[in-house]
Amino acid sequence: MLRLTNLSKVYATGDRALTDVSFTVEPGQVVGLIGPSGAGKSTLIRCINRLVEPTSGQVHLGDMEITGMRRHGLRRARRRIGMIFQEYALVERLTVMENVLSGQLGYVGFWRSFFRKFPPEAVANAYRLLDRVGLSAHVDKRADALSGGQRQRVGIARALAQNPDLLLIDEPTASLDPKTSRQIMRLIVEICDERGLPAIINIHDVALAQQFVRRIIGLQSGHVVFDGSPDGLDAEVLTKIYGEEDWSATIRKTDDDVDEDLADEGEPAGVVQETEAARRERMAGLT
Amino acid sequence: MLWLGWLALIAFFVFCWQVMTQNTIWAFVSDAPSQAGDIGSRMFPPRWSYIPQLLEPLWDTMNIATLGTLLALFMAIPVAFLAARNTTPSVRFIRPIALLIIVSSRSINSLIWALLLVAIIGPGVLAGIVAIAFRSIGFIAKLLYEAIEEIDASQVEAVAATGATKAQIMDYAVVPQILPAFAGITVFRWDINIRESTVLGLVGAGGLGLRLQESLNVLAWPQVTVIFMLILITVLFSEWISAKVRHAII
Amino acid sequence: MTMSPDVPFRETWSRPPFIKRAWLRWTLYGGALLYLALAIGSIEVNWTRVWDGLDRGVRFIEGFLVPDFTSRWEDILVGMEESLTMTVTSTVVGVLISIPIGIGAARNIAPLPVYAVCRAIVALSRSFQEIIVAILFVAMFGFGPLAGFMTLSFATIGFLAKLLAEDIEDIDESQAEAIRATGAGWWQIVTYAIQPQVMPRLVGLSLYRLDINFRESSVIGIVGAGGIGATLNTAMDRYEYDSAAAILIIIILIVMAAEYLSGFVRKWVQ
Repeated sequence: MLRLTNLSKVYATGDRALTDVSFTVEPGQVVGLIGPSGAGKSTLIRCINRLVEPTSGQVHLGDMEITGMRRHGLRRARRRIGMIFQEYALVERLTVMENVLSGQLGYVGFWRSFFRKFPPEAVANAYRLLDRVGLSAHVDKRADALSGGQRQRVGIARALAQNPDLLLIDEPTASLDPKTSRQIMRLIVEICDERGLPAIINIHDVALAQQFVRRIIGLQSGHVVFDGSPDGLDAEVLTKIYGEEDWSATIRKTDDDVDEDLADEGEPAGVVQETEAARRERMAGLT
Repeated sequence: MLWLGWLALIAFFVFCWQVMTQNTIWAFVSDAPSQAGDIGSRMFPPRWSYIPQLLEPLWDTMNIATLGTLLALFMAIPVAFLAARNTTPSVRFIRPIALLIIVSSRSINSLIWALLLVAIIGPGVLAGIVAIAFRSIGFIAKLLYEAIEEIDASQVEAVAATGATKAQIMDYAVVPQILPAFAGITVFRWDINIRESTVLGLVGAGGLGLRLQESLNVLAWPQVTVIFMLILITVLFSEWISAKVRHAII
Repeated sequence: MTMSPDVPFRETWSRPPFIKRAWLRWTLYGGALLYLALAIGSIEVNWTRVWDGLDRGVRFIEGFLVPDFTSRWEDILVGMEESLTMTVTSTVVGVLISIPIGIGAARNIAPLPVYAVCRAIVALSRSFQEIIVAILFVAMFGFGPLAGFMTLSFATIGFLAKLLAEDIEDIDESQAEAIRATGAGWWQIVTYAIQPQVMPRLVGLSLYRLDINFRESSVIGIVGAGGIGATLNTAMDRYEYDSAAAILIIIILIVMAAEYLSGFVRKWVQ
């Protein structure tokens, strides 16, 4: 069980990202976190495993108080919390298997991980997970050789390789096309059901959230403004979360079969590639 | 405004030119074409029989470049990690020191390093190796720390989120991202070092330059021609190899 | 995606090797090891000489801690004056010459014969170390900064023309296309389509080269081509390590200042 109590975050720039956020996630419950860009969704889930340090408030996972932990304890807590990212955040130049095994890093010592000698049961588990997400044929491929959907499956397998008690999922479908988005969401929800795993999913696509999760939390400028079943998302609530707009089309989409025309707005954020010319100049200047 | 800038540049150029040439003896300069012709005629035909005596210096030259580059790597890697904003333990204290090491190493040409080292550890290949290494530290560390600063932070975040230690994050998230840049930089520097090590012998640090110095001292121009040709071939060869290797990495 | 609980999963995995063919891999590893052993074995070190020299090393470090700027100040001043003027003039002249050669060495705008000639000039200039070029120029023009100026100008041409040519080859074709569509001639294409795209980079490269030329100007004096290198060489020959340290410190400071300034100028140009 995950419990957040009065969690607040103020960035060094003075931006108030979260204000007094409190809620509880029961075992096996999958929560969709919706809200406009900049509402603090990303900050919220990063405050849970303290990739972002919360300014005040507490996070409890089971009987651990994550917010009070020192470095060593925090690492032990993090390994129980799987995380799945928007741009997959795979280590592109490592193989699929290494990416999955990196989920075990919290459990093995440095030299074991350095020589890639993970315990046999961890390796077997990694194979099992890759089989479960349908990537058995790609074990030795480099992560950057995979398609977007495949990469996100590796991301899921990596999170599961941690044997997590909780999954934090940050915009898992923002870089995927609508069909793949649905496949990935279905896979995540299925896996959470299989394992009785609680999860928090940041998602900007309301229709997708309504289709797959049983509980939705709406975030607006760092405040929780809605917490309830997807059926409760009416025009009034959506206006409260996102602001004034004609919501009728979105609400109708709850009958979850006609949604292919809902264009996914997220496109892969292009990594800014240094141009060849700029690189040459940099190299040349140093001769 | 722009024209004023250009005008200032021209005036500055003329001023520099005046200062530079105030002691020039123009009679020597006007003599240059005939001098060039004279040297040219004396350089040919090359004395091919000199080649066997150049093989050992050539081997030394290669070793100076290669071992110097390897030695530089050992010192440059830690410096690079200390200099990169995202891996340095302290931006305020340690980073400036690392940057100072880099700029000092870069500012001083390998030939000057060789001059110093020959005085300290005596003439020979070792002085050349260390000179090349000292000059290369700054080069490699600078390019490497820029590569480290450019890595994708989300991959680091993802590995950190698994509960990995600092060392594991380095191994799994940072190193794989900089490895291609690292290999490219190393080979690139090795290529430059081959060029530089061909002349280190001029100040006594071993290699082909030693023979060049000897030949110049006795004005044995036909031998100089052979040495120049050998240097040219070596340089082209190393450039070809470095292009191949960089191609294979990317 | 079939679940197959009966089939046990493998319990070992090792990373696929970088070089797939085993024989090639081991040959390369073995070859590298053999080379290293031979190379290290062929270094002859006179340890007693090294031991004796350490005391000089200590003196040199002391010189760095207490550099002597005063006793050779006149020589340092003259050397620096030569180095700096040499740097400026050779960069200006080198840039001016390398612009036409760079344009000529760009395959997308130069006709083949011009391209071949310009590429040959670039290759010639790049293949020889500054020092070697300086030796030849000193022999031709006599000792002094003029030979150094010629050397650095020559080296600048190879460096700048090559990078400029590659930049021109990399330009956005659509812009050149658009100008060409208006019926512009070759000259107009160069000034309207290519120059605006390449200009900021040319400024940046010239500044880099200024920095490099200064650093090179500190060595070519060793073979008589003027500049601070000659002063440094003399100081080293006379075992005046504190003066040598002073010179090196000045060089480092100037390079740092140049780097800082050129970063500033480049930001301003872009």
